[in-house]
Amino acid sequence: MKILVGVKRVVDYAVKVRVGSNGVELKNVKMSLNPFCEIAVEEAVRLKENKDASVSEIVALSIGPKQCQETLRTALAMGCDRGIHVQTDLRGDYMELQSDAVAKLFQKIIEEKEKDTDLVLVGKQSIDSDCGHVGPMLAGYMSWPQATFAAKIDLEGNGLLVERETDQGTETVRIPKLPAVISCDLRLNEPRYATLPNIMKAKKKKIDTFQAEDFGIDLEPKNKVLEVFEPPARKEGIFVDDVNQLIDKLRNEAAVIP
Amino acid sequence: KHQNLLPVSIDTKKIHFSKEVTDRKHTPCGTSNILIIMSSFLCKSRTLFNYCQLGKVHEKTRRRAIRCILQRNSASTLIIAEPSSSNASSSSSLMPATLSVISAAQKLHPGPITILCDKAIDTGSLPSAVTSVLHMDTRSSSTTNTGSLLVAESVSSHIQQAQKLYSFSHIVAPATKFGSNVLPRAAAMLGISPITDIIEILSQDTFVRPIYAGNALAKVQATQNVKVLSVRTTAFEKANVDGSPNATVINLMEEKEVPPPQTLTEFVKENVSSSDRPDLATANVVISGGRGLKSAENFALLEALADKLGGAVGASRAAVDAGYAPNDLQVGQTGKCVAPELYIACGISGAIQHLSGMKDSKTIVAINSDPDAPIFQVADYGLVQDLFKAVPELNRQL
Repeated sequence: MKILVGVKRVVDYAVKVRVGSNGVELKNVKMSLNPFCEIAVEEAVRLKENKDASVSEIVALSIGPKQCQETLRTALAMGCDRGIHVQTDLRGDYMELQSDAVAKLFQKIIEEKEKDTDLVLVGKQSIDSDCGHVGPMLAGYMSWPQATFAAKIDLEGNGLLVERETDQGTETVRIPKLPAVISCDLRLNEPRYATLPNIMKAKKKKIDTFQAEDFGIDLEPKNKVLEVFEPPARKEGIFVDDVNQLIDKLRNEAAVIP
Repeated sequence: KHQNLLPVSIDTKKIHFSKEVTDRKHTPCGTSNILIIMSSFLCKSRTLFNYCQLGKVHEKTRRRAIRCILQRNSASTLIIAEPSSSNASSSSSLMPATLSVISAAQKLHPGPITILCDKAIDTGSLPSAVTSVLHMDTRSSSTTNTGSLLVAESVSSHIQQAQKLYSFSHIVAPATKFGSNVLPRAAAMLGISPITDIIEILSQDTFVRPIYAGNALAKVQATQNVKVLSVRTTAFEKANVDGSPNATVINLMEEKEVPPPQTLTEFVKENVSSSDRPDLATANVVISGGRGLKSAENFALLEALADKLGGAVGASRAAVDAGYAPNDLQVGQTGKCVAPELYIACGISGAIQHLSGMKDSKTIVAINSDPDAPIFQVADYGLVQDLFKAVPELNRQL
């Protein structure tokens, strides 16, 4: 089985973002591997460690500026075999490079460079654009089966059994035959920390670079972001001294309890 | 074929034309004595739907007429109904999520609204804004069981077919896990870039959606001809269920041009926790617990309070990770987005990711022994106290 994993470089999850005149301020802000992409990488590595899966190689794919190479090195240090960097300076946090273009770039990479891909693992969403489109859109473009919000992936015959999160709990779906696209949710696994020896090994692993403009895809956003602004601030709250005061406020001021 | 016929007058049973149609073979409705006009009048579409119900109109003709009416309308919306859960008491009515999508759709344009659903819907349980219902056929040859009708591959294939037949200008789904699974795939199949999790509709092509866990909002304009959208259900009031007795029900699979959808994924089973409490996503009151609860047993304290107030129980990621609560109670960026009248956060510190899932609640109460917990920054009422003292006291007093 050959696995392609999407890894995105995003603003670190702990950063409190500020809105500037041209979208969210990214200058000097800490950037990290998207947490859900990290989970996707971990799952790929676990599948490789499972002899029954017969994973031949894991290729990590990142689309973005030159610093994506650092993100790729993290994925390589976690256990991916080689990396592909599709270089573009277009902003990937919803402002410029949007999900349809990203999914089409994934499609081009699969069709032109990694033809024998059996499984694409991506995170369920990136924490900057919060779209969650790339997984299902790629599956749609490729006419491949999909399973989103995967909480558990098991091998079954030539295919996979995936338990996925739903609004009411979870459901189990069967993908009888690969190739397929799976997007990974929070509870799928807990990603490992890359060990120092693996970080050193990762420096020698291969990363191929391509330019996003060379694939013949229209990279212009189809949905134009006219403005980015901060949400209206909530009215400042107050501290109450005890439960009695709280109940009084809820009953008489907020009128939310009888 | 009959586009050059001009209607001269209409009464309740007959539509009179300027030109005599003598050749019965070519009339669209065979032996029926009412001819259906292919109309391009937007606002008359409701009237024409009503006419289609009158008289002896052949089923096929009626459907063809509706198709023409929908195609001629420059703006019409297809809503992807949220499937009813196994917990839903009545499956012939629409889910609350769908009702929110309907009221959102009404803000787009005044054109007709069609619903795509998997179960038979009683027209009495439709809001009057809904003019037709497309029913996904369970007899589709490629689905192995009715559960597979709702896998993304099947639903998006039905959406593609509906779009081919009726050329909707807007396709809208709820931004639930179901909608998020189906809509992007459907958008890709239609060659459209979707806009999801919309919290405000400014016009038929301009919307507001959150980014960066809701810490920034983006005003975005769709430039493609067809808008494929999903809306955050907590941002839109549920449409009134005042009945739509003239709504037309069309069985999507019966149309001969429709090829059966491919099933690439099969539904196996679902694991749902059943509860008598209101559904977390739509409850008016939510009592939520965090790591401060310290154990799953302690969640009983919150359950008691929820029952007193007729509310649902929620949990932070930390509580779910620690095994204090099941994952379908999780509120946050991963998990459910809720906006109840009252949200009481107990022992929750208030991480950015949790806040993004509840900061649209009308009244927020925070109970935490740490006065510096970030949750107090969004709380309307903050109580700095040990929750194991405060919550039982609340239960006693209420």
